[in-house]
Amino acid sequence: MSKKDLEVIIATDCGSTTTKAILIEKKGDTYRQTFRGEAPTTVEAPFEDVTKGVLNSITEVEELSGRKLLDGEKIITPNNGNTGADIYVSTSSAGGGLQMMVAGAVKAMTGESAQRCALGAGAIVMDVLASNDGRADHEKIERIRQLRPDMMLLSGGTDGGTVTHVVELAQFLKAADPKPRLGASYKLPVIYAGNNKAHEKITEILGDRTALIITENLRPSLERENLMPARHKIHDIFLEHVMQQAPGYPRLMKMVGAPIMPTPAAVGTMTEKFAKANGFNVLAVDIGGATTDVFSVFSEVFNRTVSANLGMSYSISNVMAEAGLANILRWLPFDIEEQDLRNRLKNKMIRPTTIPQTVEDLQIEHAVSREALRLAFDQHKALAVGLKGVQQERSISDAFDQTASGQSLINVMKLDYVIGSGGILAHSPRRTQSMMMMIDAYQPEGITRMAVDSIFMMPHLGVLAQISEKAALDVFYHDCLVRLGTCLAPKGLAKEGQLIMEWEVTGSDGKKQAGQLRFGDIIHVPFEAPKAKLVARPVKGFDMGAGSGNKVEAEIEGGTVGLVLDGRGRPFTLSKEPAKRRGNLEKWYKAMGMYPV
Amino acid sequence: MAHAYTPGLKVMPCTLFRKRRLLPIPGKVLVEEGKQVEATDMVAQTELPGKVFPVNVANRMSVAPEEIKDLLLKKEGDPVKKGEIIAENRPFIKWFKTSIESPIDGTVDSVSHVTGQIMLREPPKVLPLQAYVKGKVVEVTPNFGVTIESEGTFIQGIFGIGGETNGEILMAAKSPDEELMPEALTEAARGKIVIGGKHAGLSTIKRAVELGVKAIVVGGIHDRDLRQLLGYDIGVAVTGTEQIGLTVIVTEGFGMIPMAEYTFKLLASRNGEKASVSGATQIRAGVMRPEIIVPGFPKNVTECRKDQGRGWIEPGDPIRIIREPHFGVIGTVKSLPPELTVIGSESHARVLEVTLDGGEVIVVPRANIEVLEK
Repeated sequence: MSKKDLEVIIATDCGSTTTKAILIEKKGDTYRQTFRGEAPTTVEAPFEDVTKGVLNSITEVEELSGRKLLDGEKIITPNNGNTGADIYVSTSSAGGGLQMMVAGAVKAMTGESAQRCALGAGAIVMDVLASNDGRADHEKIERIRQLRPDMMLLSGGTDGGTVTHVVELAQFLKAADPKPRLGASYKLPVIYAGNNKAHEKITEILGDRTALIITENLRPSLERENLMPARHKIHDIFLEHVMQQAPGYPRLMKMVGAPIMPTPAAVGTMTEKFAKANGFNVLAVDIGGATTDVFSVFSEVFNRTVSANLGMSYSISNVMAEAGLANILRWLPFDIEEQDLRNRLKNKMIRPTTIPQTVEDLQIEHAVSREALRLAFDQHKALAVGLKGVQQERSISDAFDQTASGQSLINVMKLDYVIGSGGILAHSPRRTQSMMMMIDAYQPEGITRMAVDSIFMMPHLGVLAQISEKAALDVFYHDCLVRLGTCLAPKGLAKEGQLIMEWEVTGSDGKKQAGQLRFGDIIHVPFEAPKAKLVARPVKGFDMGAGSGNKVEAEIEGGTVGLVLDGRGRPFTLSKEPAKRRGNLEKWYKAMGMYPV
Repeated sequence: MAHAYTPGLKVMPCTLFRKRRLLPIPGKVLVEEGKQVEATDMVAQTELPGKVFPVNVANRMSVAPEEIKDLLLKKEGDPVKKGEIIAENRPFIKWFKTSIESPIDGTVDSVSHVTGQIMLREPPKVLPLQAYVKGKVVEVTPNFGVTIESEGTFIQGIFGIGGETNGEILMAAKSPDEELMPEALTEAARGKIVIGGKHAGLSTIKRAVELGVKAIVVGGIHDRDLRQLLGYDIGVAVTGTEQIGLTVIVTEGFGMIPMAEYTFKLLASRNGEKASVSGATQIRAGVMRPEIIVPGFPKNVTECRKDQGRGWIEPGDPIRIIREPHFGVIGTVKSLPPELTVIGSESHARVLEVTLDGGEVIVVPRANIEVLEK
């Protein structure tokens, strides 16, 4: 079937707990998401067949839409009148997703490249082994033995360079004789993407013990990363080996019209497509119960990280352990005993499906979420960096401005768009809460548009984008994104109450709003129009993206929240004095209308 | 009649249950199908390959990797003793002689002429697997282990630390809302599974470790005490491997929460009997809760029910509220309104009406309750 003929599409995302189905239909020239259904995922006992949950979720879509999609356990294709769909696509993160271990010769060079490669392919990286990772050799071998990954990515050395380190890593791997996570009977898949001079030796060492796949070097020279060939191999093995072992997946693979993608890989694809189509720098985050995924596209470079133990239920206690109690307490406008807060968070960990009933409890969860988002963003910034170990030519003009290689690519002043998803951001009782959580965690500077993916449709659209980019982008703009609005945050510091910016916004209907922003204040301007013109005049010492004190004119977006003028300054810190801090929080929360009074 | 699905922990006076006991890697099964086993009987065992120690001979002898073959005194497969010389050079002047001793007892696993490294492996370690519960072997999984079937009392806790253990049940509290104090633990508690009431503090748990108590079962503990006990914060609830000297099982949650009366009375009815307990908890895919198993029927029970968990609630069911602002409060389901209701946090949620002991009726999200057994 040609792409032009696509009129009805059914897509599912098989998550660890829920399988979500959406129906997409072409209305005139535009694709729209019309119906959705969901059902519990059926990977575990007693069902142990993922297709049961898939069929249940599609049955719900059938019931709601009145369109007959199933003939027994088969999806009817192509669409004909009120029956069938033209294509069925699916993503999956059920059963713990794709778990990988990666290895590289030097931790900050090939080790980091291998990590970026695996993360970009949608994997959870269980550990990064390197010749210089600080562990004794026998500890490395012990670690390989303990972990049971789905597959391993081995890299090391530039093409034609020394082979010793990577051969040594292969020998450790052989000595450890690791077993794959699923299916004790098959050999662990190992992808070799290192020095091309070592192919023969690697085959000699690992050829018998593992299912070895050799591909192009992911770091052919220090100056160049070549992640795509290894990423493609990861996807191939994910489908051929890992998925084949998971309950019901061989059947699911026969049902789909395009290869199944790991959920995070699909979200990454959609983030990239959106960034490219608009020329934006984008940050997308998915905060779940157990993990937080962060995706970014800056200057057309895509990066993904997953913080495996930062989440709002299963991992809530780990957020407390990593952030520290003081950092959670700082967001609360009331006093709470440390023992009480500790017990509350642990009780959420052991009963992860409970929900906040009171405003106070909701504020505690929002405080934790800010810290989880912040920590996951810090981890992302540390990995989304330029290549390390690259030689730099310097001239005399660089004498006073020398930067090291490996600087973070993330620049919050240049960030154009933030997309949030996951329960706490998508289902907060008030949208202002979602927007403020993201502003507090990321501290965007200058002009930043914000949105949430309210029903987490990005996975479906990412896998659909492989078949039809237009269908994916149409639905993304019209049905997936819930525009929240724009944050305007001048960068700089001043005394409280000092004027820091004058602003004026003209909507597409010609309606004007204007005002002044003073340091230490937040102003909320409800504003729904999808497009508006902004003129911002920051005072000297404050930057809106055009340099200190320079006027900025830009196109901005309104939304369900509108404009948030954040005058708290950048870098933004909360007062160390408890009464003042609580007073400020109350003032800001009130200005934003965040919580019921 | 209106009803809603809800999770609940199992608290069963008597049930027929099966336990799969499998080795992590293939080994030998020591019992055959149909055999009666005691909790401490070995049912299978395997050998874990020994730890590997790399020794970089080329670096230490300052030679090229391919030259090490002339210096090695051992070849692949040879046994070595700790301190035994495994490589040495032969210089003209004896003073310059260098040798390398084996850091372990074991064998030479491999020799590499690319890296100049040899791998030494320690002898394998025997890993025995106990039956854990008294019962009958009903299935043998060749090379891996067995399935044991048994009848008895089965109680799940909400959270635990420490692994599997066995011992006699000892009631150390008179009521479920009594705090278990250090003084309540005497020499009689040695080797026992001690049952307390609403809480055990750090000093009580430390006293239990000193006394050699096998396990403590209480309604609640404080997270701060848990941190002090372990020396770190538990980030994700995957437990069972902690080595603190005993197993701790919490039946209700964190804080001071009286043990459910039904659970307390059931444990009291098995006082003095042998039990198998495990603190292993995993709250993610493949949920695992800590458990207390007492084989055999309680005194007043004559019939063994298979599984009474219905999986849903109805008006009249006793429930416990498991989240603030009524955490730990017990009541009875009055009604289950089907429509979404706006709760205090302004979220739209499915709720239920609960009648409290004093007759007061409150509204609680359905996600925030747990069913109690009648």
